[in-house]
Amino acid sequence: MNPRSGAGWQTSAILIAALVLLPVAALLCFALQGSVGLWPHLFRNVLTNALAQTAILLIGVGIIVAVIGTLTAWLVAGFDFPGRRFFGWALLLPLAVPTYIIAYAYLDLLHPVGPVQSVIRQILGHDSPRDFRLPDIRSMTGCILLLGFVLYPYVYLPVRALFTTQAANQLEASRTLGAGPLRVFWRIVLPLARPAIAVGMALALMETLNDIGAAEFLGVRTLTVSVYSTWINRTDLPGAAQIALVMLLIVISLVLIERRARRGQQYAASARRHLPLARVRLRGLAAWAATGFCAMPVMIGVAAPAAYLIRQGWRRIAFAGIPPRIWSEAAQTATLALVATLVAVALGLVISAAPRLYPTWLARAAARISTLGYAVPGTILAIGLLPVITFADRRISDVLGLFLAEAPQLILLGSGAALIYAYVARFLAIASGGIEAGMTRIPISLDHAARSMGRSPSGVFRHVHLPLSRASMAAAGLLIFVDCVKELPATLLLRPLNVETLATHLYGEAARGTYEDAAIAALLIIAIGILPVALLSRNIRS
Amino acid sequence: MKSVIRTFLGAAVLTQLAGGAGLAEELNLYTTREPKLVEPLLESFTKETGITVNTIFLKDGLPERLEQEAAASPADVLMTVDIGNLVDLVDRGLTQPVNSEALNAAIPENLRDKDGNWFALSLRARALYAAKDLDLASFHYEDLAKPEWKGKVCIRSGQHPYNVALTAAYITHHGADETKAWLEGVKANLARTAGGGDRDVARDIMGGICEIGIANTYYVGLMRSGAGGPEQEEWAKAIKLILPSFENGGTQVNVSGAAVAKNAPNKDQAVKLLEYLVSDAAQKIYAEANYEYPVKPGIPVSPLVGEFGELQVDATDLTAIARERKTASELAETVGFDN
Repeated sequence: MNPRSGAGWQTSAILIAALVLLPVAALLCFALQGSVGLWPHLFRNVLTNALAQTAILLIGVGIIVAVIGTLTAWLVAGFDFPGRRFFGWALLLPLAVPTYIIAYAYLDLLHPVGPVQSVIRQILGHDSPRDFRLPDIRSMTGCILLLGFVLYPYVYLPVRALFTTQAANQLEASRTLGAGPLRVFWRIVLPLARPAIAVGMALALMETLNDIGAAEFLGVRTLTVSVYSTWINRTDLPGAAQIALVMLLIVISLVLIERRARRGQQYAASARRHLPLARVRLRGLAAWAATGFCAMPVMIGVAAPAAYLIRQGWRRIAFAGIPPRIWSEAAQTATLALVATLVAVALGLVISAAPRLYPTWLARAAARISTLGYAVPGTILAIGLLPVITFADRRISDVLGLFLAEAPQLILLGSGAALIYAYVARFLAIASGGIEAGMTRIPISLDHAARSMGRSPSGVFRHVHLPLSRASMAAAGLLIFVDCVKELPATLLLRPLNVETLATHLYGEAARGTYEDAAIAALLIIAIGILPVALLSRNIRS
Repeated sequence: MKSVIRTFLGAAVLTQLAGGAGLAEELNLYTTREPKLVEPLLESFTKETGITVNTIFLKDGLPERLEQEAAASPADVLMTVDIGNLVDLVDRGLTQPVNSEALNAAIPENLRDKDGNWFALSLRARALYAAKDLDLASFHYEDLAKPEWKGKVCIRSGQHPYNVALTAAYITHHGADETKAWLEGVKANLARTAGGGDRDVARDIMGGICEIGIANTYYVGLMRSGAGGPEQEEWAKAIKLILPSFENGGTQVNVSGAAVAKNAPNKDQAVKLLEYLVSDAAQKIYAEANYEYPVKPGIPVSPLVGEFGELQVDATDLTAIARERKTASELAETVGFDN
C-alpha cells in the first residue's frame, strides 16, 4: 500500500477541525484582551458557588439520564410487555422538547396558582395557596428532574441501538447459559452498554452544562449563567470569555478522563451478521411494572407539557387566531435545520472516517477537536463566530469588489450562511460521535480486505464505510435536525434581517410575557421535532 | 422550499441594498425590544412615510454584532431598553450624534444625550407590587431591607439590568457601603431565590409565596389589559401597585430609547424614524399599547397606568446611574444576591 495515499483525508479533517477551532480561538483573543483583575472577586463571590451548583446539577442529571435511559432501553430491547412497541418510539419524544420549554411549562403547571396545585387544594379543602402549597419547582431538585426527563433519550438511543444489534449475541449466549435476568443485567448488559451509556451521558451532560433557559427560569446559578451574566450585566466580554474557556477546559478534561477509563476495553466486533435479540415475555405484575416504568418518562418529558401547551395554544387560537407569520417561520426553521444537518452529517462522516483511513495522531486530534463546539455554550460560541464570519465577509467583499462596482457586503451574515456555520460548529460533535460509534462496529478486517483487494482509502470509504454507516448517519442527522430546530441563542444573534425562526419567535413572546402566543410556537417546535424522532425510531428498529 | 430560498436570497439582497445606495426608501432596525412591542409603531411609521423597515430582534450581543459588522453594518437605528445599554452603545462608539429640532423639542433635556447620541422614547418606573389585602399605602425602597418583611419579598435576579439600575440609583443616594447593607437586608428578606421575570412577582404574590415584590410598572398594565391572556388578568387582580420612592427622593425610573448607528447607510430615514417615535401618535402608542410613560410632556398615560397615581420621578441624573452600574452589579455578586 502506498503510505501517502489517503493524506487528503487528514487534510480534510484538519480543515474541518479548524472551522470549529476558529470561534474558540476568537474567544481566546477576547479573553486575552481583558485583565485577570476580575478573578479574585469572581472566585470569592461567584465561581465557587457556581462550580458547586454546576457539579450538583451534572451529577443529578447524569444519574437520572443513565438510570432511565439504560433501564428503558433494556426493557424495550429485551422484553415484551404491554405497550412495548409504542414505548419503543415514544421514549424518544422528549428529545423534541427544548429545556427552556419544559421549564416554562412546568413552572406554569406546578405553580401554586397553576392547575395541579389548585386541584390538590380543592381535594384537601383549602381555599388559598397561603394555607397549603407544595415545594417550589424553582429549585435545584426541580431543575435536575426536568432536565433529566428531557435529556435521557440521549442515553436511551445509543444503548437501545447497542442492545438490538451488537450486544444481541452476547446476551443470547448468557441467557442460553442459564443466567437470570438480574444477573444478565449486572454482569452482561451494564458492562456491554457502558460505552454507549458514556456517549449518551456525555451529550446529555453537555446539553445540561450549556443550558441557560431552564437554569435561569428555575433559579439555578450554574457556570453558564455566570458566564452570561458577566458578559451581559457587566458588559465584560473578556471576563466572560475567560470563564467560558475555563469551562471548556473542565469539559475537555472530563472527556479525556472518560476516554482513559474506557481505554483497553475493546469489544471485538465480529463481521458476522447480528441476529436480533429474542425478547422475553413478561407476565402479570412484572409486565405492568415495565409498562409503568416506561410510561413515566414519556408522561413527564413530553405528554404533560405538550398537553398543557395544546390547551394554552388552543385558547390563544380561539382568542386571537393563528399568528399570521407562524407558517413561514416554521418553514424557515425547518430549512435552516435541514441544510445545517446535511452539512454537519457530511463533515461528520469525513471526520470519523479520516483517522481510520489515515491513522495518524494529527487525524485523530482533528477528529477530537472538531467536537469542541458542543462544549461551548451557544451564546458564547456565537459571539466567537462573529469576528470569524465578518472577517470572511470582508474578504469576500474585497474579492467581489474587483469585479463589481458596488460589492455586496456581509454576504455570509446577511444570507443565513453564518447561522448554518454556527449550527454545524455546535452540533458536529453529535454527527461525528454517532457516526464514529457506528464505525467502531465495522470490523477493521473489512477495511483491510478492501485495501488488499486494491481499493484506495477513498474506495474503502465509498464501498465499505458509507454503506455500513447509513444507519448511524441517519440517526445522527435526525438528532442534529431536532437540535437545530430547538437552537435559540446562536440563532438570535446571527440570523439575517427579517428572518425569524420558531425559537426566536417563542423567545420574543416569552420575553414579553405573552406566553399563550408563545405556546403555539412551542408546540410547532415540538411537532417539527417529533417527525424526525419518529423516523429515528423506525431507523433503529430496522 | 422555494419560498424559503427566496426569503434568504431576499434577505441577502436587502442587506446589499442597505449597504449601497438604497433604491426604495427603507431602513434597518436592530432592536432588543420584543417584536410585538415595536411592530405597531413601525407599521404606522411605514404608513405615514412610505419607508419600509427591516427588523432584527436581538437580545444579547447587539453591541458585539455591530462592532464586528463595523463599516459594513446595515444597521440604521438601534432600539433598546435601560439607560446602561444606551450609554454602553455610545461608549463603544457605535452611535452617531443627531441634531434634530423635532427630537430636541419633544424630549426633555435630562432624557437625551447632550450630543444627541441617544434619545429616551419612553419611561418605566421600578414599582412595588403588594398583595391586595396588605395594609400599605406608601413605600420607600429602603423599607425592602427592614426585618418586618422577612420571608415576604419576591424579586428577579439582582444582576438583571432593571435591578442593577435600581441598585445603582440606591448608590447615588446612599453610597456603596449602605447599599451593600441594603442588598444584604433585601436578600435576607427573600421568600424565594431571586430570579424569573417581573410578572412572576405578581403570580407568586397570588400564589401566597410572598407578599411584596419589585417589578416594572408596565407589566401591570399589560396584565390588567388582558393582552397576556385571562390568567394574567387574575394575577394582576391579586396585587396592587405602589409607586415607591427613595426616602430623600422620588421613584426610580428607567428608559427605553434609540440611537442612530455610527455607520447608518440610511441616516436621513433613521432620523425620520426617531422623530416619528416622539410624535404625538407614536407616544400615544407607547402609552396605550405598551403601558409605559411617554417622554413627551403633555401626552396622557393610559388610564390603567393613571390608577397608579402621580409619578414623582427621582431627580438623579440617568447618566449618574449608568456610571454606578458596575459597582451595583459587583455588590449584588458580593452579597450573593442570586444564590
